Amino acid sequence: MINGIWLGLIVIGVVVAIFTGNVQAVTDAAINFSGTAVEIAIGLIGIMTLWLGIMAIAEKSGLIRGLAKALSPIMKKLFPDVPADHPAMGAMIMNIAANILGLGNAATPFGLKAMEELDTLNEHKGVATDAMVMFLAINTSSVTLLPATVIGLRAAAGSANATEVIGPVILATTISTVSAIILAKLFGKMKRYKVENYIEKSDVENVQEG
Amino acid sequence: MLQTVLNTISLYAIPAILLGIPLYGYVKKVKVYEVFVGGAKEGFDTAIRIIPYLVAMLAAIGIFRASGAMNFVVKLLSPVTSLIGLPAEVLPMGIMRSLSGGGAEGMMVELFNTYGPDSLIGRMASVAMGSTETTMYCIAVYYGVAKITKVRHTLSVGLLVDAISLIAAAIITNIVF
Repeated sequence: MINGIWLGLIVIGVVVAIFTGNVQAVTDAAINFSGTAVEIAIGLIGIMTLWLGIMAIAEKSGLIRGLAKALSPIMKKLFPDVPADHPAMGAMIMNIAANILGLGNAATPFGLKAMEELDTLNEHKGVATDAMVMFLAINTSSVTLLPATVIGLRAAAGSANATEVIGPVILATTISTVSAIILAKLFGKMKRYKVENYIEKSDVENVQEG
Repeated sequence: MLQTVLNTISLYAIPAILLGIPLYGYVKKVKVYEVFVGGAKEGFDTAIRIIPYLVAMLAAIGIFRASGAMNFVVKLLSPVTSLIGLPAEVLPMGIMRSLSGGGAEGMMVELFNTYGPDSLIGRMASVAMGSTETTMYCIAVYYGVAKITKVRHTLSVGLLVDAISLIAAAIITNIVF
């Protein structure tokens, strides 16, 4: 599906551009966005390094283990395949906590660390595990109590009450996160999404890549 | 009042963590500086590893955005979405929300400038913007770092939840305001 959507974006984009006369804009966008992607990654190096360092202290001091233990009843339900004392649990908790507080630039480094840790439990490299899909689902549905960027932009646009959207946002994000968790669990049980369906194909591709 | 409280939280949250964790570590007899440096050294590799995934995703999204194809998607979907009280003006931003966070943010600001942040359209855009994350970006970044290309049900779940989130934003805004 991801191959289809990726190709679809490019095919639709180029074909539509021919009819709308935006061909030059498409060329520029492809080049500029590739540059932006690299800038984002480079920009991540600093905060990634900072938060990984802080996280190492939190781990070594037992802070994360304590947090993971306190939240283990929920975490075990969400991620049954991840051992309760695995470092992935701590990193995921830190990521979700940072998201809830609206600290986007701290959430990403914790999330990346969590994915690396989850991959150490992955028996079929290159194929997402149930825990990874659940973690991504929770992240893409956004768990936040503080939509800081939106409030900032509303205030900048001259809103009389920039924070009035907080309640509705919390309600909407709760609905989306709960449906994300339910759908991730349900779809994970469907035949077409079983890990076994993807193993052979990815092995073939690995061979082709040499 | 609420605004001040929130501003204070966003102002102090990160300094509090940057102070609290090393201080707690020190109390627990952790060699804070040495452990920090030891943990931090993976930062570079991790960030660099996501580049190919991010370039692939953002270039495709950039091509789609620049082509003007969004207008056609909106024409196709707006008859359906207007039934649930989602104005055609908000729909492009709602779709862009799944593809590009920066793109959606720009569209939201444009809606603020045209209709005002306190109009129904401005409020609905705010709720839609705040209640979800950029699915495509999350997939590129998080799966990039673990070199995952077989995403299984991630995309179906992510996009379906984006749709649910947009519908919820429309309904909630219509009821609350």
